[in-house]
Amino acid sequence: MMSALMSAATPTTTWYLVLSAVLFGIGTVGVLVRRNPLVMFMCIELMLNAVNLSFVAFAKRMGDIGGQTTVFFVMVVAAAEVVVGLGIIVSIMRKRPGANVDDISALKG
Amino acid sequence: MELFVFVVAAAMILAGAIGVVVRSHPVHAALSLILTLFGVAVMFVAQEAHFLAAVQVIVYAGAIVVLFLFVIMLLGVDRTEDIKTEPFKVQRPLAVIVGLGVIGLVTAAVVASRDVVSSRGSGLVTPDMADPDSNIRQLSRSVFGDYVVAFEVTSVLLVVAVVGTVLLTRRVKPVVKEAS
Repeated sequence: MMSALMSAATPTTTWYLVLSAVLFGIGTVGVLVRRNPLVMFMCIELMLNAVNLSFVAFAKRMGDIGGQTTVFFVMVVAAAEVVVGLGIIVSIMRKRPGANVDDISALKG
Repeated sequence: MELFVFVVAAAMILAGAIGVVVRSHPVHAALSLILTLFGVAVMFVAQEAHFLAAVQVIVYAGAIVVLFLFVIMLLGVDRTEDIKTEPFKVQRPLAVIVGLGVIGLVTAAVVASRDVVSSRGSGLVTPDMADPDSNIRQLSRSVFGDYVVAFEVTSVLLVVAVVGTVLLTRRVKPVVKEAS
């Protein structure tokens, strides 16, 4: 019965896209709720991973390697973004230890 | 078997993602992020993206999360965020509504258009025992063929990011004024 269920329900592209949507939504809630800039960055990474997942699912569905190439570039941009963002956070935290995003909303030192 | 892999990897992804959002300690959030990233790597393997799964583990779990942990340690590891108090009373319900709205709308769009997407490429090559490198070969033909200009531009982007970060985090030495 278990094997019949497993053969009946193979994950389709729609499953992956729905999972990607849920992951993106959780990342959105995290960015909106959390006030620690580091954790907000992690939530942005969650959203980027959700998009990567849907790109890979579309590449499989459409038979086009371009989706995987796009994921490759998204990863490069994410790495650059993390480096710059963490540099900004470190330079802010050096001036104001323990600051959250409400303390630094004025964009000036 | 595919269903089993999907369910386990989806559970890893969702548990990790919820852990990132609800854990008050940044180190715990970073470790939850690793769980999510490994789950996404499993999904990449299940979707014939073997090279990207390796890159996901090496670059994300190996480099980016380590960078996060490094910055957390640099700024003080004992600093937990007080997530019990909320400065604005309506913010969390509104955020949850926005998140559920995003999930609901995207899911509705995906389900409504699930039969629309048609094949347009030349097909993904599935690696087998005879040719285990076929995914890497196909991806490299795409990156170094069709998208070679974008690939070169990303190298410029990385150099700019590194130089900019060095400039941002550099301590400016105080200018010693000559006593007149």
